[in-house]
Amino acid sequence: MSGSENRLRGSFTRLASWDGAVILVAVVALVVAAAAVDGFGTSNNVTFMVLDLLPIALLALPMTLIIVTGEIDLSVASTLGLTSAVMGSLWNSGMAIETIIPLCVLLGAVLGAVNGVFVTVFRLPSLAVTIGTLALFRGLALVVLGESAVADFPVVFTTWVTGTVADTAIPNVLLPLLLLAAVFTVVLHATPVGRAVFAAGAGEQAARFSGVRVDRLKFWLFVASGAVAGLAGVLWTLRYSSARADNGLGLELAVVAAVLLGGVSIFGGRGTMPGVLAGVLLLATLQNALRLEDVTNEALNIVTGALLIVSVLLPNISRSVRTAAQRRRLRRTPIPQPATPPAP
Amino acid sequence: MTRQDATPLLEVRDVAKSFSAVAAVRGCSFPLYPGEVHALVGENGAGKSTIVKMLAGVHQPDTGTLLVSGEEAAFAGPADAKAAGIAVIYQEPTLFPDLSVAENIAMGRQPRGRFGAIDRGRVRREAAELFSRLGVRIDPERPARGLSIADQQIVEIAKAIGGSASVLIMDEPTAALSAVEVERLFAVVRTLRDEGAAVLFISHRFEEITELCERVTIMRDGAHVSTDLVRDLTVDEMVRRMVGRDLDALFPKQDVEPGAVVLEVEDLSREGVFRDVSFTVRAGEIVALAGLVGSGRSEVVQAVFGVDGRDSGAVRVNGKRVRPGDPRSAMAAGMALVPEDRRQQGLVMDLSIQRNVTLPRAGALARLGLLGGGGERREAGRWTERLRTRYGRLTDPVGTLSGGNQQKVVLAKWLSTSPRVLIVDEPTRGIDVGTKAEVHRLMSTLAAEGVAVLMVSSELPEVLGMADRVLVMREGRIAADIPRPRATEESIMFAAMGQEANT
Repeated sequence: MSGSENRLRGSFTRLASWDGAVILVAVVALVVAAAAVDGFGTSNNVTFMVLDLLPIALLALPMTLIIVTGEIDLSVASTLGLTSAVMGSLWNSGMAIETIIPLCVLLGAVLGAVNGVFVTVFRLPSLAVTIGTLALFRGLALVVLGESAVADFPVVFTTWVTGTVADTAIPNVLLPLLLLAAVFTVVLHATPVGRAVFAAGAGEQAARFSGVRVDRLKFWLFVASGAVAGLAGVLWTLRYSSARADNGLGLELAVVAAVLLGGVSIFGGRGTMPGVLAGVLLLATLQNALRLEDVTNEALNIVTGALLIVSVLLPNISRSVRTAAQRRRLRRTPIPQPATPPAP
Repeated sequence: MTRQDATPLLEVRDVAKSFSAVAAVRGCSFPLYPGEVHALVGENGAGKSTIVKMLAGVHQPDTGTLLVSGEEAAFAGPADAKAAGIAVIYQEPTLFPDLSVAENIAMGRQPRGRFGAIDRGRVRREAAELFSRLGVRIDPERPARGLSIADQQIVEIAKAIGGSASVLIMDEPTAALSAVEVERLFAVVRTLRDEGAAVLFISHRFEEITELCERVTIMRDGAHVSTDLVRDLTVDEMVRRMVGRDLDALFPKQDVEPGAVVLEVEDLSREGVFRDVSFTVRAGEIVALAGLVGSGRSEVVQAVFGVDGRDSGAVRVNGKRVRPGDPRSAMAAGMALVPEDRRQQGLVMDLSIQRNVTLPRAGALARLGLLGGGGERREAGRWTERLRTRYGRLTDPVGTLSGGNQQKVVLAKWLSTSPRVLIVDEPTRGIDVGTKAEVHRLMSTLAAEGVAVLMVSSELPEVLGMADRVLVMREGRIAADIPRPRATEESIMFAAMGQEANT
């Protein structure tokens, strides 16, 4: 069999796969929204939409790697909130913004390391750990800043975050987002780390037997997740020029929804970064279009929730249909059997 | 004591059972007389467990019949076997830990009192009666949790005879027991025997068989070898019948002059698993690690490779220490482990053949930290081809391959790391004869190239055919180090079972 034939068949299966479908649906949704929804295609709206999807997209990048390894980080939105609160408090104390921003990213990394230690050293399930830190970090944010808000951040920074590149509709923040997205895509799909991520998620024991340092890998993924959440906290604060303890409340739902919608298996071992980015885009397009159509925030939540269920349900259904078909085929062909009967 | 004139309570007559193309049991017959303990012995894989499962109603024989008190019987399921008075006591008892001992004994047939409620008083009384009948003192009120394995087995026995079982099948009940506990269990078994029950007793320990059993059936490779009175046989004769088969020409062992010591294992210990394990493997040498299932062989090699930790001891490759609990360090030193459990440990079944082959070497294959551009494909293609692996595409999930080809992928994966020490754990388990010979040839070639090979194997022909030296493990220790000229099936089995070789 020739190599080109291999590649051709490979791309066919990719098109037929879930993430291929999501990319297609996202593009269709964009086109339909641009044609049918008043004001969707305006440059102002495009800028807004990018600003809206920015935190979800950022958090979805490390979340994808974490979910592919079979773990989850539900504390990202609270990490964002705590970072924002600390940022406000430090700014109030008179520290220079140039110092505060790297400190906030570092704080996020430390919070991620806390999750990582609980998961890899104490061997607790990440679902339980990060539900705990979800509440803990948000609580700490309230301790740091209380109900108040800090708003007087330097204009140079806030206008850069909300501004666009020269006279185009391209928001400035799209550049760091694209850069990070490229980095995470390459890491997941074209580096030894990415290979280890998939192996750890699809067969942790076999990965360990192949020399993958699974615990170390997971620890650093949680650190990366925290650091990116810290960065997202900084950008969120600057965008709204408002440091508040409840910034990004409930955002983890949208992030997980986007990742699963993008074809990442909640059980680990499967997923692609292009699929996840399409998932983010699809979610943002729907939310933006519905908002332009004056749909309420409650209804938007319903849409997000429904998408989450559908994205978990559909790939499972299609896979079980496929394996059922496979089994039927197998039953008609002899199954290779162990040469020795089971040892007594 | 034996009652040969009596009708057997249970008789196995010319029973055969195959799983697909593999015959697990072919043509086995033996009677279980009332008032007799009957031993069933054979090597791992001889078909004992399959016999037990047929008697328990879990499997149905393909041909042959089971006779209960002289009447032909067919068990459609475990319930039928139970109704026929057959009870199986497994090595690991299956009690409900949070229920009381008495409740466990009454499970499934609780006596009812008024309004259909369970009559707790009777449950307790019946348990107490059973225990006094068996001559043991266990508090029926206490929870099953915390009972020793031996006591749990006695509770299982009480449960069985409480359900009026007359045939008791005990599958390696003593494997996890201390000498005192074994005596306790034997006393109970003798009581039952004297009451007229028939007991089928499976054990690897000859001293137990000679002490407890009247009759012994020996199986080999699924076939029935003999059924005799125990007093008519010597232990030597039993071992000879268990292992006596021809070494076939499947083992293309090349004679290699061993070089310098490559792998050194010194005083390796892990609490409760293995103790003071020391050995060396030279370049070009194939050393087999033999012993019974559960003697700690896989645990030792996994600790040597570092996927498991160790409490003490040192592992050195070419004189350099390998860090404990760190497979990466072992791999950097030139070690490779083809593990026992292919599906869980050897391969990531959902990943492609290519990804599996290149997983340990992904770092080395990357250029400037990046993978892609076909480097992985070429590497995977080269090694799978060298091992003549049959597959559709390298991007197919490895789980779609046959067992033999999966094993070749595992071997390809580790050979691509150019190991100086290759550890293989049951390298040919569950693969067809042709592939087996290929794997053996490969190991022989590697040794000839100067690789130090350590092979865990439960198949004695494989051990004898391939090994320059045989280390025999028993109960977590190395019991014997037998050089090739002195290695025979008998000498290995004796060492594995804790008997002195006197043949």
